[in-house]
Amino acid sequence: MRLEAKKLGYRYANDAWLFRKFDLSLQQGETVGLVGPSGRGKTTLARILAGYDTPLEGTVMLDGQPLPKRGYHPVQLVFQHPEEAVNPRWRIGRILNEGGQPDPFLLQELGIDQGWLERWPGELSGGELQRFCVARALGPQTRFLIADEMTTMLDAVSQAQVWHSVLAIAKQRNLGLLVISHEPSLIRRLCDRVIEWESLVH
Amino acid sequence: MSAHQAGQWPSAAPRPQINRRRRTLTVIVCTAAFIIAAWLGGYLVNLEKLATNLQSRNHAPSLQYLFGTDWLGRDMFTRTVKGLGLSIQVGLLASVSSGVIAVMLGLLASMGKIADRIVSWLIDAFLSVPHLVSLILLAFVMGGGMKGVVIGIALTHWPSLARIIRAEVMQLKSAKYVQISRRMGRSSWWIATRHMVPHLLPQLFVGVLLMFPHAILHEAAISFIGLGLSPHQPAIGIILSESMRYLSMGMWWLAFFPGLCLLLVVRSFDVLGERLRGLVDPRRSRE
Repeated sequence: MRLEAKKLGYRYANDAWLFRKFDLSLQQGETVGLVGPSGRGKTTLARILAGYDTPLEGTVMLDGQPLPKRGYHPVQLVFQHPEEAVNPRWRIGRILNEGGQPDPFLLQELGIDQGWLERWPGELSGGELQRFCVARALGPQTRFLIADEMTTMLDAVSQAQVWHSVLAIAKQRNLGLLVISHEPSLIRRLCDRVIEWESLVH
Repeated sequence: MSAHQAGQWPSAAPRPQINRRRRTLTVIVCTAAFIIAAWLGGYLVNLEKLATNLQSRNHAPSLQYLFGTDWLGRDMFTRTVKGLGLSIQVGLLASVSSGVIAVMLGLLASMGKIADRIVSWLIDAFLSVPHLVSLILLAFVMGGGMKGVVIGIALTHWPSLARIIRAEVMQLKSAKYVQISRRMGRSSWWIATRHMVPHLLPQLFVGVLLMFPHAILHEAAISFIGLGLSPHQPAIGIILSESMRYLSMGMWWLAFFPGLCLLLVVRSFDVLGERLRGLVDPRRSRE
């Protein structure tokens, strides 16, 4: 499978264009890093690829087909702040199952404790919550995962643990991974290929 | 701050907070108790006292007849309590139906742009007509009586609550976890019922409670002008309108006590709603 962005363009209201004629291609099973300075539209790009926003110009294709408007989205996005990504009135177990039953192997890999499932989001730390967001995004129908500063707020040990398990799952299921980060060392460790934001934006 | 104050332990700051919270809770319990007593009183009163008793006509308030008796010898206290119970019952039915309409429309607004336009337009359209005018028309069309009044009030009082709920729904719609839910393949209806409704419940509860005073007053107003409840029912509006003829004869108690009680009940609902809103949503409580 192949995720392709063709000639994407986006801007907020009448501000200057964040990017135009943006091309990106991501293969299944590939881990690609995207680095660039903040405030240039990396997160906006991630939202477009995952179907949260519609590009003003250009298209996003999955195997030559436009992205589905309804149903489970094959491109899933994990946000930087897990606190905003969970309903504070839902128990963790319910949040986790929203996209379908998660893989028990995945839960184990991510170091998710069964006892956490009964808790409320406010009772877990950001790092613990983020593991659930990752597990939720890695549903059985996910083909591509976009990690937008996914582990920025985690300590080094948790960061390593989360990435280790995500890479293992990606390998096992042949998922495509797009890692957006401003930490060059992390990107270099993880990715097969690194894209500089500047080199793509015209 | 003067020099000798600066060294003191700043004990004054946190205490008013605790006091205010306790006072809020006290007020809530007291008003709620009063309202429930008035409501249940409507069921518990001795119905025989509602009957006419020509032997004891036109008594001024006394220990035997707390609120006096009317020109047919009916005990005004019993009638008032019964009337308040009726008012609260009408208020309950009308406010709850209004709340249901408001939630339905608020959630409908979340389904899409066109749906939102329609809902906004409906809210504006209903808000642009004065309550009492549309209420009179609706009650008239429905043929008066309890049913007419309840339907009339329910159909006229939802817009302001619907507007609040819609705003809340719009805010929820942009919440990340709601957007994520959609990418997880969940339908608008699923999201509305599982993600949104639980968040709306506190707002809705307070909104419905604050609608009570309006509903009760409008019920009384429309009964007063004869388009509401039937004259056989001892509604406060009916009592007030009937007493008008006897006021000039000096029978002030006929209107005074029922009116005062209505005012008390309405004010209790208002205070209760405001206090609860302060607990549920401190940001809006000062508005």
